[in-house]
Amino acid sequence: MLNQLTIAELSSKLNSGTVSSREAAQACLDQIERVDGRLNAFISHDPADLLAQADAADRFRQEQGGNQGRPLLGIPIAVKDVIAVRGHPLNCGSKILGSYVSPYDATVIEKLRSAGALLFGRVNMDEFAMGSSTENSAFGVSRNPWDLDRTPGGSSGGSAVAVAADECLAGLGSDTGGSVRQPAAFCGCVGLKPSYGRVSRYGLVAYASSLDQIGPLTKSVRDAALMLEVISGADSKDSTCVPREVPKFTEGLNGSIRGMRLGVPREYMVGGLDPQVADAVRAALSELEKQGAEITEISLPHTEYAVATYYIVATAEASANLARFDGIRYGLRVDGADPAELYSRTRGAGFGTEVKRRVILGTYVLSSGYYDAYYLRAQKVRTLIRKDFAEAFERVDAIVTPTTPTAAFRIGEKSDDPLQMYLSDIYTLSCNLAGICGVSVPCGFTTNPRLPIGLQLLGKPFGEETLLRIANAYEQATGWHAAKPELS
Amino acid sequence: MDFEAVIGLETHVQLKTHSKMWCGCANSFGADPNTHVCPVCLGLPGVLPVANEEALRLTALTGLLLNGTISPFAKFDRKNYFYPDVPKNYQVTQYDKPSTSGGWVEFEFQGGLARVHITRAHLEEDVGKNFHFDRESGVDFNRAGVPLLEIVSEPDITSAEMACDYLNALKQILIYGGVSDCDMEKGMVRCDVNVSVRPKGEKKLGAKIEIKNMNSFSGVRRALEHEIPRQIAVLRSGGTLSQETRRWDDTVGVTESMRSKENAHDYRYFSEPDLMPFVPDAAWLESVRARVVELPLTRKRRFMKDYQLPAPDAETFVNDVPLGDYFEDVARQGVQPKALANWVINNLRARMTESNTRLEDLKFPPTGIPELIALVDAGTISSKIAQDVFRHMFESGESPAGIVESRQMGQVSDTSAIEQFCDEVIAANPKSAEDFRSGKAAALNFLKGQVMKASKGKANPALVGDLLASKLNS
Ligand SMILES: [Zn+2]
Repeated sequence: MLNQLTIAELSSKLNSGTVSSREAAQACLDQIERVDGRLNAFISHDPADLLAQADAADRFRQEQGGNQGRPLLGIPIAVKDVIAVRGHPLNCGSKILGSYVSPYDATVIEKLRSAGALLFGRVNMDEFAMGSSTENSAFGVSRNPWDLDRTPGGSSGGSAVAVAADECLAGLGSDTGGSVRQPAAFCGCVGLKPSYGRVSRYGLVAYASSLDQIGPLTKSVRDAALMLEVISGADSKDSTCVPREVPKFTEGLNGSIRGMRLGVPREYMVGGLDPQVADAVRAALSELEKQGAEITEISLPHTEYAVATYYIVATAEASANLARFDGIRYGLRVDGADPAELYSRTRGAGFGTEVKRRVILGTYVLSSGYYDAYYLRAQKVRTLIRKDFAEAFERVDAIVTPTTPTAAFRIGEKSDDPLQMYLSDIYTLSCNLAGICGVSVPCGFTTNPRLPIGLQLLGKPFGEETLLRIANAYEQATGWHAAKPELS
Repeated sequence: MDFEAVIGLETHVQLKTHSKMWCGCANSFGADPNTHVCPVCLGLPGVLPVANEEALRLTALTGLLLNGTISPFAKFDRKNYFYPDVPKNYQVTQYDKPSTSGGWVEFEFQGGLARVHITRAHLEEDVGKNFHFDRESGVDFNRAGVPLLEIVSEPDITSAEMACDYLNALKQILIYGGVSDCDMEKGMVRCDVNVSVRPKGEKKLGAKIEIKNMNSFSGVRRALEHEIPRQIAVLRSGGTLSQETRRWDDTVGVTESMRSKENAHDYRYFSEPDLMPFVPDAAWLESVRARVVELPLTRKRRFMKDYQLPAPDAETFVNDVPLGDYFEDVARQGVQPKALANWVINNLRARMTESNTRLEDLKFPPTGIPELIALVDAGTISSKIAQDVFRHMFESGESPAGIVESRQMGQVSDTSAIEQFCDEVIAANPKSAEDFRSGKAAALNFLKGQVMKASKGKANPALVGDLLASKLNS
C-alpha cells in the first residue's frame, strides 16, 4: 500500500516510474475514507484538489523526465490547521475563525510547494495549539490509532494520527512546548522540533511567538531530515528566522555515533515517570552505548521551574497574539451595542475553555502590579534554564530523555485537571524555553495495553545534524518506527 | 497669588518613508479606504512584522537633529488595548528601550532664545481610522502600520505661545532633515499635551492633566489658552485638581474629562517577540550621521553673522534652502554679500517664480550676478539699467558685459557728450536753473533727472551732477 510507505520509499518508486503520485494520493484518500471516521485526524480535506495536485506532479515528472531536484515531488503531506495555506480554510481548531479562508501561503508552504509536495487537508489540533490531547478542538477529539479510547496527544494530535494511521506520508505540526514531539511519542511516529529561528514562522498562527516552531511528523528519521531540509532557512518575512546556511541533513544521517557524548539529566528520571517508559529509555541508552556512545549523567538544575515558567511566558504572549480575534475584520462576530460588548460576546462564544483560561492567565501575569512578580521573574528563570542547557552542551553532544512521563492517556482522563495535563509536557517544555532542538523517536511499547513510547533527544541550538544522526542510528538498529497500529 | 503653567508635549509625526513600518504597502495619503492594505497591516492570522530600515534610520537621524543620543540597544514592545482601528489589538511601540533619548530644541522666543529639552524620540506604528455612518461603523486601515515618530518633550514649556513656537521649530527641523513632510492637512502631525499649574515659586508640580485630540498647532494653542485659566480658576476657588485625561472639543473650544487616573488603561507592555532588538553597528550609524543637516536656527544665525545679512534675508535663505545654498556658492566668489542677497532675493527669485524655473535650469553661470554687480560698482551701468541687463542675462544666459556692449547699454562717462545734454537741459529749464542758483538745492535733482532722461538713462549720474553744478555755478 503506497500510503504506508515513508517519503524515501515512495520517492524511489515514483522516480523509477513504477507508481504514480495519483496512485499514492488515491491510496491516502482511500485510507482516510476507511479509518478517519473513527480517528478524526482531518477537520476537512479536498480530495479533488489533492488529486489535481497529484496529476500535476505526475505531468511534471513525465515532461521533465524526473523530479528535477524537487525532493518531495508528488508526496502527499497533511497540514496542521494552524498553518496558512492560500485558498484553504484556517481555523486553528477554533470556532472563532468561522468560515475564514487564508489569502496567502505560509513560508513553509511555499517552500514545500517548490519542493513538489502535495499539500492537503486541515488536520485536527487543540484550539490555537493550546493543549496536550487534541481534546480542546472545536472539531471533536482525535483518537489514538493504537487505542481509540486514548488521546493521540497534542496539540498536533491530528498530524500524528494522520501519519501513524497512514492517511498521509508526512505531516506538518507546530511545537510550542512539545506539541510535535508529545503526539509523535503517543502515536509512534517521529516528531522534530527545530531550533528556534531555524524555520520561518510566517503563516503559522502564533500561540507563543518566542516558543513556536513548525516541525515535521514523519514515519522515519530520514523523512524528518528531508522535511527539515526543505522547510528551513532565512525568510525576509520573519525577522526571528536566523539567516544561516541550511545543512544537507539527509547527507549527514549515516555517520557513526561512536564517541558521541550523551547526557541523561538526573532531574528527569524521577517522579511520575511510568516504570515501563523508564525501562524503554534505559534500553535505548544501552543500545546507543552499544553503538559507541558515551552516556553520562548531567544536571539541569532549574528543570522544576520549567512548567511554571512556560505557562507564564506562553500565556502572556498568547494573550496579545489572540487579541486580534475580535470579530471586527474576519471570522465569527456576535454583535453588541458597542465595540466592548461585541468583543466580549464574540470571544465568549468563539473561544473554548482552555483558550480563555490561558488568555486570562496571560493577561493577569502582564498586569500592572503583577508583571514583576510573574512575567519578569519568568523571563529571568527562562535565562537560567537556557544557561543550564548551554552548560550541559559543553559536556555532551546531545541529551537523552523520555519524551513523556507516560504513554498515551485516556480521553477525558486529564481534561478536568489542567495541572495534570500541563505536567504531561514536563520533559518537552524546556526545549522551547531554551530555543534548542529536539526530536522524539519511537523506542518501544508498553504492554497491556500496547502503546508506543517516545525517546527524546535534545540538541544544541542549530545542532539538528548531530541530533538526526543519533536518532537515525538508533532507529536503524531497533526498527520500532516500522510498527503499525492495527486498524481493522 | 500668581500661577504658572508647566507644559510638556508628546508629538506624533508620520515618517517620510515609501512603505509602511512592517510591510510593503505604500505610505501614502488620500487613497480609497482599505486600498493600501495587506495581510500584515490588517493583522490577519499568521503574519509577522519586519521593521522598515528607513524608518529606523529616520528615527536615529531625528535623535541627532534634536541633539540627542542614539541608543546602542533599542527594542519594540506591544502596547495592548482593544479598539476597532487597532488591527492586532496591540500597537507595536518602543517602551523602555527607545531608539533615541535626550536632546533639545532651541528656538527664538520673545526676542531671545528658548530651549525645550527632549526626553526621547521613539518609533511606533499608526493605527487605522474609524468612520461612523448612520447605522454602522467602518474602519479604514490605509494608515494602519504607517511609521510614526513620537517625540516627547520635558515639561519645559510655560505658555500656549511657547508651545506653538516649539511645535513650529520642531516641525521646521523635521522638514529640514527630510524626516517628515509634517503636512498638517494630511494629519501628519498630532499632539498630546500634558499641562499642570502651580503657584509661582513652588517647586512641586501640580496634578498632571493630559489633553488629547488637537489636530493643529492652533488647536494646541487654543486648548492651552482654555485649559490653563480653567485649572487656575479651580485652584483659586479653593478646589483641587487630580490627574486625568481630557479631550479637546475644537468646535466648542473647551476641554472635557475623558477618564480619571483610576480608569487609566493598563497597557500591559511587554517586549515584542516577533522582532529582534535593534543594535546599530558603526557603519549604520555613520550612514545616518552623513544625513545630518544644519538646523534652521543655526543656519539663520550663521547667515546673519557670516554675511551680515538682516534677519528677513537670512530667513528667506532658511526657508528656501536651495536658494540659500546658491547664495552661499556665489558669495564665496568674494562679492559684497548684501548686494548679492538683494539680487538673489529681489531679482533672481522673482524671475524664477514668474517663469517657473528651477536653479539647476538657470541659463547663466554663477559668475553672472557678481559680474553684474561689478559693472554697477565700476559705474559702467546704472543700477536701473542693471535690472534690464539681468533680465536679458536670465533669458539668454549671455554675460552682463556682452549684453551691455551689444546693446550699447553702457553708461555715458564721456564728458563732452554729457556736457551737451546738460547745456540743452539748462537752456530748456531756465526756471529750475534760476531756482538752483538762488539756493534751492533740490532743483538740481530735477535737472539731473532731465539729463538722465535725455541720455536714455545711460549718463553716469555722478558725472551729470558734477557737470550740472559746475555749469550752473559758473
Ligand atoms: Zn500592508
